Amino acid sequence: MRRYQLNRRGFLLATGSALLAPAIVHAADEPIRLGSVLSTTGPAAWLGDPEDKTLRMYVEEINKNGGVLGRKLQLFIYDDGSDAAKANSFGKRLIQQDNVDVILGAATTGTSLALVPLVEAAKVCLMSFGAARVLIDPVRPYVFKIPHSDTMAVQAVLGEMKSRGFRKIALISDTGGFGKSGRTETMKVAQQLGLTLTINESFGERDTDMTPLLTHVKQSDAEALLMISTGQAPAIIARNYKQLDLKLPLYTTHSQASYEFIRIAGPASEGIRMPTPALLLADSLPANDPQKKVTTDYKNAFEAKYKIDVSTFGGYAYDGLMIVVDAIKRAKSTEKAKLHQAIEQTRGFVGVSGIFTYSPTDHEGLDTSAFHMVEVKNGKFVEYKI
Amino acid sequence: MSDFLQYVFSGLTSGSIYALAALGFTIIFNARNVVNFAQGSFLMLGGMITATLITAKVPLPFAVAAATVITVIIGGLVQRLAIAPVKDADPVNLVIITIGASIFIDGIAAVVFGKNQHMVPAFSGDHAIHILGATLLPQSVWVMATAAVLMAGVSWYFRATLAGKAMRAVSINSNAASLVGIRPDRTVLVAFGLSAFLGAMAGAVASPITTTVFDIGLLLGLKGFVGATFGGLGSAVGAVVGGILVGLFESLVAGYISTSYKDAVPFVLIIGILICRPQGLFGSRVLDRV
Repeated sequence: MRRYQLNRRGFLLATGSALLAPAIVHAADEPIRLGSVLSTTGPAAWLGDPEDKTLRMYVEEINKNGGVLGRKLQLFIYDDGSDAAKANSFGKRLIQQDNVDVILGAATTGTSLALVPLVEAAKVCLMSFGAARVLIDPVRPYVFKIPHSDTMAVQAVLGEMKSRGFRKIALISDTGGFGKSGRTETMKVAQQLGLTLTINESFGERDTDMTPLLTHVKQSDAEALLMISTGQAPAIIARNYKQLDLKLPLYTTHSQASYEFIRIAGPASEGIRMPTPALLLADSLPANDPQKKVTTDYKNAFEAKYKIDVSTFGGYAYDGLMIVVDAIKRAKSTEKAKLHQAIEQTRGFVGVSGIFTYSPTDHEGLDTSAFHMVEVKNGKFVEYKI
Repeated sequence: MSDFLQYVFSGLTSGSIYALAALGFTIIFNARNVVNFAQGSFLMLGGMITATLITAKVPLPFAVAAATVITVIIGGLVQRLAIAPVKDADPVNLVIITIGASIFIDGIAAVVFGKNQHMVPAFSGDHAIHILGATLLPQSVWVMATAAVLMAGVSWYFRATLAGKAMRAVSINSNAASLVGIRPDRTVLVAFGLSAFLGAMAGAVASPITTTVFDIGLLLGLKGFVGATFGGLGSAVGAVVGGILVGLFESLVAGYISTSYKDAVPFVLIIGILICRPQGLFGSRVLDRV
């Protein structure tokens, strides 16, 4: 009988496989790492907070039902305080330390732009909840956007102004990322449509009194007023507008499509018009609308859990998460290149903000058909046809 | 003409808020030679606590009173816990401590009250008053009237009451004051309480106009400090005049030049006054340049 000798090579092989075996077994249980940078504090908190709540709620729900591809979702969320510099540093942490597979966020255009160079370098997909066109034009391979762009909002609003016979428009915008981008888009679209901007002024995001600015508007011969801003200022502007007894119609963008805005602005919000995704009109959508089920389900679930009104911003987070989950299922993996391809191949995905179809040349996914024009009437958003 | 009046109304309203904050800075500076950057947080607390209590269906006068009382207590705590223990610290260190206190208070507010914008209903309605073609909110009248009453009250306090005179004595020479039986540490505590009272009232009465959020104290307090420095840090009259001037300049620049430059105004003013006349418009003390 030969004595069995454990030589050096055999020893290493045995130890190596003993150590690797648990790793191989656990690789299949390795969680899917979702990163997120959101503005849960700061002027954009009413955008970031519902997004944060939505992500946590649905990640918990999906994990309860077995996760995705049998793997649990692990969510890493950081608060950038509505500050682009902080968003950038949290983006670095998500990519370098937390090793996330995909990033959901940030809540605004400014903070999202701060993440763009990081995800491009690391080849990690970014599903942005910022709205400005500048995020996806020119198309960056790894940056996708959920909300309608400011271009679409501006086209919807200026289109309606033109059809109502207005030629002279006043534009006021904030100096943040969304305001600046919206201003550029408005100037472009106004020129295309042959409208004149008699006033074109900016204000600070944290300003608490815009009566001097609105006095300029009152002095001018503008026939309608477009306000492009996110955060705290719009509610204050609405109140200043009422104080100065301004009569010209007031329009804004989908950044104000939330009951929170109506609550803060109070009676001053009456009559303000804006475009909004279907989510805000979930209850009044006809039964055969393809978005009816997904919007009513999300609205009821969110309101039951958090006891606050649903908002379109939470809707963006819902769509972002669900598109990523759907892409992971189609790709059958979270490997970065496969996930990127799967997200880019999203076709006809019914979300609460619209029906998404991405392509290598279109990382926006939506067109104006998903937009509804609404007016605030008796404290509610009511749709009207132009 | 009506536009100018509109800008003046806007400027006087913000100016009144800055003036009350500036007065708070001056009182503490006089009592303890420290610039208390937590003053902005006192303004925030006044507005936030009032907003929270009103949402809980507390009647407005009780909400404002409770907010003021709580803020005064917090002001006293800041003095006892953050300033008193570091008796002979460098003035710069004391300033840094007050900045830390302000960040701490704002952070607690974010956790307790949430990070959203809050609304307080106007005290006597939103129906604008029309004067010579310009409009004035009733709430603006409340702000200006409250500021005037409080300033008169503070002036009477310093002139006519023993406690007020004691505080003036401490500010002139705290050693001599203690020799005649005045307790400087008690006086400083009262100074903090009084500043917190002014800040809270300013914040509460302004909140229907500015809306309120946990970090609104940063900018308002800073502009109040600019007002105090512009008027002369150490002079109560200077603080009030400085605060109102900052508000007016802001509004006039926004009206006649552009709203984009509005936020630059206080900072241009403070650089200008420190270069041209560092003791401020009404100040007579020579300040140490750090």
